[in-house]
Amino acid sequence: MRVVILGVGNILLTDEGVGVYAVNELAARYDLGDEVEVIDGGTSGMDCLDQVSGADHLLIADAMRSKQEPGTITRLAGDQIPAFFKTKISPHQVGISDMLGTLNFHGLMPKNIVLIGVEPKSFATAMELSPDIAARLPDVVAALVAELTALGITPRPKAA
Amino acid sequence: MSKRITIDPITRIEGHLRVDVEVDGGKVTKAWSSGQMWRGVELILLGRDPRDAWAITQRICGVCTTVHAITSVRAVENALNLEIPVNAQFIRNMIISAHAIHDHIVHFYHLSALDWVDVVSALKADPIKTAALAESLSDWPLNGRAVMTQTLEKLKTFVGSGQLGPFTNGYWGHPAMKLSPEVNLLAVTHYLQALEAQRHANKIVTILGSKSPHIQNVAVGGVSNPIATDSQSVLTVERLLALKPHMDALGEFIRKVYLVDIAAIGAFYAEWTKYGAGVMNYLSAPDFPMDSKGTQFLTPGGYIPGGDIAKYKPITAFGDAYLRDGVEESVKHAWYNYSKPGPLHPYKGETTPNYTDFQDDGKYSWLKAPTFYGERAQVGPLANVLCGVAAGHKPTITYATQVLDTASSLLGSKIPLAALHSTIGRHAARAVRCGVMQDVMQQNWQALIDNIGKGDVATFNKPTFPKGEIMGYGFHEAPRGLLSHWTVIRDGKIANYQCVVPSTWNAGPRDENDKIGPYEASLLDNPIADAEQPLEVLRTIHSFDPCLACAVHVVEDNKEVVQVKAL
Repeated sequence: MRVVILGVGNILLTDEGVGVYAVNELAARYDLGDEVEVIDGGTSGMDCLDQVSGADHLLIADAMRSKQEPGTITRLAGDQIPAFFKTKISPHQVGISDMLGTLNFHGLMPKNIVLIGVEPKSFATAMELSPDIAARLPDVVAALVAELTALGITPRPKAA
Repeated sequence: MSKRITIDPITRIEGHLRVDVEVDGGKVTKAWSSGQMWRGVELILLGRDPRDAWAITQRICGVCTTVHAITSVRAVENALNLEIPVNAQFIRNMIISAHAIHDHIVHFYHLSALDWVDVVSALKADPIKTAALAESLSDWPLNGRAVMTQTLEKLKTFVGSGQLGPFTNGYWGHPAMKLSPEVNLLAVTHYLQALEAQRHANKIVTILGSKSPHIQNVAVGGVSNPIATDSQSVLTVERLLALKPHMDALGEFIRKVYLVDIAAIGAFYAEWTKYGAGVMNYLSAPDFPMDSKGTQFLTPGGYIPGGDIAKYKPITAFGDAYLRDGVEESVKHAWYNYSKPGPLHPYKGETTPNYTDFQDDGKYSWLKAPTFYGERAQVGPLANVLCGVAAGHKPTITYATQVLDTASSLLGSKIPLAALHSTIGRHAARAVRCGVMQDVMQQNWQALIDNIGKGDVATFNKPTFPKGEIMGYGFHEAPRGLLSHWTVIRDGKIANYQCVVPSTWNAGPRDENDKIGPYEASLLDNPIADAEQPLEVLRTIHSFDPCLACAVHVVEDNKEVVQVKAL
């Protein structure tokens, strides 16, 4: 089994980067074993193609604007994912949705995709999370750990 | 009567581009290009250690991570007058060529081919005829009947299942689609094969840069890859040897597939050599330095005014004064205020937002309008290829001739070099530059192996920052064209930082003299068959490989504008 955990977002724009902070925190705190690959995807799409290609499970962490309370953690799975990444008009530019679309056409789509979304508070230009969202980071990491556990993987806390 | 069409967003990779055109009598009569998101990265850098700038600037954009990292260290090294070991140049050169090739292949096949290729039409193709056509053009081993039949079956299943996937936003059946079903099938086949090709490029970046998408190995003063012949944890000869098959496979795809496909598309869409020239002043940078100082480059660059290659003037070294002194940015039509009238040099650059509305004759973009000695200039692979031809650069001439000859024989009439001043010409130039860069990559690989063989394993010269003020700039011929970073450093801390990026040159709004920019100029007179589906506008804009993330600069209190991603 191969599991890819992809954190996406721009770490120069405060909470926009929450997905990246979450996966980095996860990797710093847990020993995830050989089956799991953690990727700081930044704002890339197609550049992550190879690493995601053919994974059994893909776990994405991202900021998600769905007009909820800042810090709200949402889980999306299956068909909700492509809909989430679609924009109003797309002249087929790349991004996560095009990466997934490309994998789909090539028959390399991960069998299972789950997205953990975090409602952001601020998109200000700064290289750290807003305090409210930073306070939620352990919960985001816990949500990722829960997903792994459900897949039969036991993340082991690293010695402090 | 004229009709206004607004396309917003035209890109969605981080930040976006809005294009407005007025159409009259079936063609574009007026155009505006507007960056819709401000980026505050320059402000983030103030007061920071210049040695950290590269890691931060590579986060500006999701597509061009590597190029900002490279340009940033070059800017700081220029300020310090710091030479770097040749091994570091070779390693950087391999990374930037592999990255650029990756970018070009993905751009052509995965992003813009569908402006020209009708996927649904490919379903009607005869795979035997397709294979015959393909084999007449190239001896690529994956052009046979079995491969074409396989693509057709795959396509049938895929379309039959109701999931067009990446093709969902294609324009099948559009009157501007002209390829035969067989050519469409051939293109879809190569679209699929391009996935494997880009993988080789990505692999090279990952092996050398330690990580992708954000490379880890750059440093002011060189690279952080220690070279050793015996250790596992560093760049070993064994790992260098592992690069070779990837470079070979990538080179074969470029020579036998990409360069051929672009010639075929160019021949079948020959009328598009008449559209999209736009601004014909071309500016590009030399790149792939082979000495520690940055005075000997593998690819030339410079300035060509008015499309006249006889008037080419080269840029010759890092820190070159001709480039340094010629660049200014105007905000007359951009959502900023300067503290004094007129355009500003990047060293004196200011980033003070002043958002109005979209004003056709006033301010309408977050992009500034750069000029070179007062003139607008087009940047990108086309500019670089034309400079290569002007400079008598053999590899550029060889690959450009290959494309033009193949296209001419398919068309049955001679296509001149001047045909490159066009929408389709920008695509062709990108493939030509890929041909050049796969050679560059091999040369740097060999140079590195040879140099290590001589016992030179240096990869880093330690920088020291003086008290007081220094300034410097770095340039790089990035996939989208000339990229420059400009920095002022005071007492070892960043006091000013400005990125003048390719998309600013090309997508910038009207300038101080109200002259239109390259995107805008290139759209004029483009035919529009169906105003509801302005595919022709997308063709021309996509030919620049648009990516606005780094071109645009923010208003924090305007959440609409700051909305960053496809959410």
